[in-house]
Amino acid sequence: MAAIKAFGAYLPARVVGNEELAARLKCDAGWIREVCGIEERRYARDDESVASMAVEAARQCLERAGLAAGDVGLLIVSSGSSERRFPGPAVAVARGLSMDQTPAFDLPLASAGGLFGMALAATLADRYGNVLVVASEKMSSVIAREPAEPGVAILFGDGAGACLISRQGGSARIVDHVLHSDGAFADDLRLGFNAPLEMNGRSVIMQASRKLPAVIGQVLERNGKAAGAVEVFLMHQANQNLIDRVARSLQVESGKFFSNIRRYGNTSSASMLIAASEWWQDPGPRPGQMICFAAFGAGFQWGALLVEGC
Amino acid sequence: MDNRERIVAILKDVSKKSNVPEAGESLFDSGFLDSFALPDMVGELEREFGIKIPDSDLHPRKFESIERIESYIENRK
Repeated sequence: MAAIKAFGAYLPARVVGNEELAARLKCDAGWIREVCGIEERRYARDDESVASMAVEAARQCLERAGLAAGDVGLLIVSSGSSERRFPGPAVAVARGLSMDQTPAFDLPLASAGGLFGMALAATLADRYGNVLVVASEKMSSVIAREPAEPGVAILFGDGAGACLISRQGGSARIVDHVLHSDGAFADDLRLGFNAPLEMNGRSVIMQASRKLPAVIGQVLERNGKAAGAVEVFLMHQANQNLIDRVARSLQVESGKFFSNIRRYGNTSSASMLIAASEWWQDPGPRPGQMICFAAFGAGFQWGALLVEGC
Repeated sequence: MDNRERIVAILKDVSKKSNVPEAGESLFDSGFLDSFALPDMVGELEREFGIKIPDSDLHPRKFESIERIESYIENRK
């Protein structure tokens, strides 16, 4: 059964607070905090790319796993904000890690990409051994496109997260996962080429508010677990109000939902892996603890993944 | 109570407002519902009317006004 060996993350150095963003977008800094719980986010430098941030997160992940790049059998890179149509960032990340002989491919999913990557890695680990999943987003370049919609631009930040999944060993075994998609709402959250990000926030929140608790309940139920038995929920960091709502729907105290959105904003597909990287370092999993990952995003695509500390 | 009165009662409870918008007025533009109150409204409608609103019907425009909600509920019965 596949297991998680380590997580890693990279956050750019530049911190962008609500005051700075509010001045640019001509909105109120207090309003930003109220509607999404975000106080600051990180923006990458001009010379930082989706691939370069992914390489940094991957290096930290490999170091924590005690592995060299040559030990990786397969590389999966998720991003919804890659700079060009093709090739995607996966081959550049492989090159940056000196893994040119390792198969690498892209998962062009926003928001839920980290979760789908983990699920795919868990499935492929038996064949490829060590599977490195990296999710990286440079959302600052997306929200710089005009016209900037304040309700959208306030949400996003840059960063990368990584996860090493192996066929054996590790600190948590992957028990099960559930993935879903529904193209009926594809236009409600979309990013065209060279176009601003378009989001029907009401639709996104309404669908996410229902689908996230449902899919978490689905993966827990089919493994005979109650939501209250989960030690921590590591979710895509989309909006603090949404995270709190999912906790209420599951009748779980919100403190069980790890959150770092206040400091990093929504880093799209990278956010769940960045959150996991922080939680895994402190306090991290203990034997027998159940940990539930969940994400929802453009598509719509959503899912949940259940692991047990070992 | 008829359906409209029941919808208005739910709306007042969810929005925490005592006044009532015009039946055709946008509940979003008038500040009665925001993105996070809308899922609450839908959940309360399901409980009050004993229906299950499928995710495929969860388009905000279907719940844009009291009139639209009333029409949706009557079509579901």
